Amino acid sequence: MSLKVSDLRVYYRTLRGDVRALDGPAFTLADGEIMGLAGESGSGKSTLGKSLIRLDGRMKYVGGAVELDGDEVPVWDDRKMNDFRYKRISLIPQYAMSAMNPTRKIGRMTAELLESRGVRFREVREELNRRIELVGLDVDVLDRYPIELSGGMKQRVVMVLSTLLNPSLLIADEVTSALDVSTQRAVAETLVEFRDRRFVKSMIVVTHDISLVYQIADSIMVMYAGRLAEKAPARTIIEAPRHPYTKMLISALPEVGVKYAEKRLTGIPGSPPGLLDPPKGCRFRARCPLASEECEEQPPFVEVERDHYVACWKAE
Amino acid sequence: MRKYFGRKIFVYALTFFAAVTINWMIPRFMPGDPVQSRLARASLSNPEASQAMRDYYNSVFGLDMPVWQQYLNFWGSLFKGDLGVSIWLFPTPVTEVIMDAVPYSLGLLLPAILLSWVIGNKFGAYAARSKWLDNTVLPVGYVLTATPYMWLALLLAWSLGIVGGFFPSSGAYSFALRPEFSWVFVSSLLEHWFLPFLSLFLVSLGGWAIGMRNMIIYELESEYANYLQALGAPRRLIRRYAFRNAMLPQLTGLAVQLGTVVAGALLTEIVFSYPGLGFLILQAIQNQDFFLLQGVFLFIVAGVLIANFIIDIVYVLVDPRTRIQMQGGAK
Repeated sequence: MSLKVSDLRVYYRTLRGDVRALDGPAFTLADGEIMGLAGESGSGKSTLGKSLIRLDGRMKYVGGAVELDGDEVPVWDDRKMNDFRYKRISLIPQYAMSAMNPTRKIGRMTAELLESRGVRFREVREELNRRIELVGLDVDVLDRYPIELSGGMKQRVVMVLSTLLNPSLLIADEVTSALDVSTQRAVAETLVEFRDRRFVKSMIVVTHDISLVYQIADSIMVMYAGRLAEKAPARTIIEAPRHPYTKMLISALPEVGVKYAEKRLTGIPGSPPGLLDPPKGCRFRARCPLASEECEEQPPFVEVERDHYVACWKAE
Repeated sequence: MRKYFGRKIFVYALTFFAAVTINWMIPRFMPGDPVQSRLARASLSNPEASQAMRDYYNSVFGLDMPVWQQYLNFWGSLFKGDLGVSIWLFPTPVTEVIMDAVPYSLGLLLPAILLSWVIGNKFGAYAARSKWLDNTVLPVGYVLTATPYMWLALLLAWSLGIVGGFFPSSGAYSFALRPEFSWVFVSSLLEHWFLPFLSLFLVSLGGWAIGMRNMIIYELESEYANYLQALGAPRRLIRRYAFRNAMLPQLTGLAVQLGTVVAGALLTEIVFSYPGLGFLILQAIQNQDFFLLQGVFLFIVAGVLIANFIIDIVYVLVDPRTRIQMQGGAK
């Protein structure tokens, strides 16, 4: 088991109080597992992704623990986290297009970054070249400035850069959302290839695009309003979801081969609750067609089948 | 590269042409007649003598020709480096008058602008990462930038010059001395230089510090900085990048400042009766000295253009993005 997150709580500090963006998810990630992390905006999926590598200034660690390959990850301690960053946990950011310093040549920036982390650039240079070629780029991109590359090229460079030290865990945060469809596909396949070649051991792919993540992920975890709703193998999530939210989410996706001229795509009525002062019990209750009295108590995230976890009283 | 500079030079040439033309027009369309005022100064009673003098002056200054002829002659003599004869300091050539004033203006402004730029940027960069400094540098900076520089000049001249008596408050050197290369003269020069310098230095210091602070904060929150932090890069590296990138807009600001190196000190030079170009402008206007005014303006225009051109080149060296655009290669 590569990653184990238990009851992690990270709140956003605001003037009006704490926004409970991440309210105690507990899950595990197996070695070699690619997990898609899905949910709508504000569900806490990005917060979870960030919490595992670097809390930004507004985020406050409240409780919970993270374990990576048997070692405790001190997510609350910015300085101690530096030992884990890049070497054991790495990130492909949402903003990969602008993730590189515009006034440094890519190779020089890479060298400076590596040297600052105590890695000799000369020693990884060959591997870097190999991987640059693996993602279909020319080695001479290292002698260029980021502005000289197209968006897709920059994305690939960042992917190589982020995984260069073979981290145990890679967080890919909305990596495909700024790309066109064909590039999306290529990026997704590269992620799988990186795993297969053991550049990274396991991966969390944060996305709101379930249909894309379905193609690459081994499992999919759905979040709702700061909590986990369901985690299961990718196929199960798509074909036999148990949580009413997942069901509605999946049914809101367009299907291949269906013409939507006559039939309107349906969404999920209502909107997620505010997390400044979230309602007690199941947070999906207000939008849930099945809600009843027992939902006033928070349902536990339990394994209903092998590798299939659901947080819903009605999921049996 | 050649295309880029070719285009730049063309634009600069065009600007120069327009500026020189306007520059030629302004004094001529100003109300008043310089020859008349010279005659008044001579206070001749005999109208015939007065007419003879008027004709003489008109021909010396070339004012008896049609306007278009004057304009063409102006360009012609400009290329020969001849800016005409000053009316105020008749018969000294304008170039000579200007050349006498230039060292004072440059000596005052170059150190003031460059030092305030360097120190302001350093302060601003430090302020961006220290709460304590931020809370002191920022308010002081705002007060300084908001201070009209001639007001600060007056304040300094009054407090340190007249009341305190630490520094002389007018002129470029003591009236008892004549320019020579001696310890006495140089120290007098420095004493007279200090207050005008200080007033210019202080006012621009605040602006640079605030600008740099804001730029650094912006850069430290940019996405590349976030990415580096997520990968555990040390602060030193991130700050180095941020500082370098924040310098680029500051460099543009410096270019603009350097361009106005001469005109900017007009009021300071008047307050301290400092014999630089700004002081000359005032004298030229008061004495309706077309040629001197023209000459000074021309000098300023050339200064602005040259400074901008230099910064264009520097920019190409420090910012790869301009280099790429120049080759038309950005995709």
